[in-house]
Amino acid sequence: MAEATADDHGHAHQAAASATARSDSHQQHPLRIYLVVWAWLFVLSACSYFVDYIGLQGYLRWTLILIFMMLKAGLIVAIFMHMRWERLAMVYAILVPPVAVLVFVWIMAIESEYTLFTRLTFFGANP
Amino acid sequence: MAETTMTHTGTLRPEGLRGVAADWSSDQRAFKNVSWGKAMMWIFLLSDTFIFGCFLLSYMTARMSTRVPWPNPSEVFSLHIGGVSVPLLLIAIMTFVLISSSGTMVLAVNYGYRRARKQAVLFLLLTAVLGATFVGMQAFEWTKLISEGVRPWENPWGAAQFGSSFFMITGFHGTHVTIGVIFLLIVARKVWRGDYDVERRGFFTSRKGNYESVEIMGLYWHFVDLVWVFIFAFFYLW
Repeated sequence: MAEATADDHGHAHQAAASATARSDSHQQHPLRIYLVVWAWLFVLSACSYFVDYIGLQGYLRWTLILIFMMLKAGLIVAIFMHMRWERLAMVYAILVPPVAVLVFVWIMAIESEYTLFTRLTFFGANP
Repeated sequence: MAETTMTHTGTLRPEGLRGVAADWSSDQRAFKNVSWGKAMMWIFLLSDTFIFGCFLLSYMTARMSTRVPWPNPSEVFSLHIGGVSVPLLLIAIMTFVLISSSGTMVLAVNYGYRRARKQAVLFLLLTAVLGATFVGMQAFEWTKLISEGVRPWENPWGAAQFGSSFFMITGFHGTHVTIGVIFLLIVARKVWRGDYDVERRGFFTSRKGNYESVEIMGLYWHFVDLVWVFIFAFFYLW
């Protein structure tokens, strides 16, 4: 039994020297990539702030906000949270379920359009 | 989890979609090289994603369905510096503080795995200080808005739902940051004492400590930063 147990349990007895042996479960990467991503997060945050600062409006504003948001979220999840180096079985288990939230967004967008329509119809445009 | 046996460990595991099928259909643990602690943190974060997702969703519904104009966040959250109104200044600073704390967190994890205890503690404490700064600035923001007459049921500028959405979303996020700071201080103390070097058992779980705890702490902290990215985009910039 003992030799077939999961690797994280077996390694727990080996203390310090095992750092390289369990490299596939322990996320250790060169500092450089973290610093580069860190810098990019600053740049992207500054970009999204400037979208508001220079007062862009309409679809251009919304598109830019979403692009910068997704890039930041992607960098944080992929590099800082090490998703990029996890096995796909885990990545899918975590990243696919939030799609349900997007479906919910779609449903509620339709619903709120309808609510607005009924409010305008019964109460008029001016509050 | 001594009873979870695993076959094809090491490099023999298939990759890609074939790997997904193999891992999930192996009649064993599905997350092959991830410890339970980390897997459970991820699943907790997934559930938290749904919570914040639903908050932002209800905010969207409120904002889309009201016929009263929504207050302009760019003006509501502006600060007057030397007679000039700078839009979203405080929020921008808060964003940079939180991103900085994510960077220091990632360094703490890295130094933890290198068994550089001093640096790990230093960066954990720095992360906690930045997190506390963030919460402090949020308290300032709340005070300012409340003094200007924003309530969950009314505000001077437009749709009443603005207040309830604001307090709900930022309040819940601020609570997460506060819990994270406490969590950080506990982990920092353990690293400082060398708990993870001598595999001292935790007071609550009685499980042997190791430096993966710092990485799991990091997952939580980055998630808090991640949520802020979405709040910043949808609530403050939209």
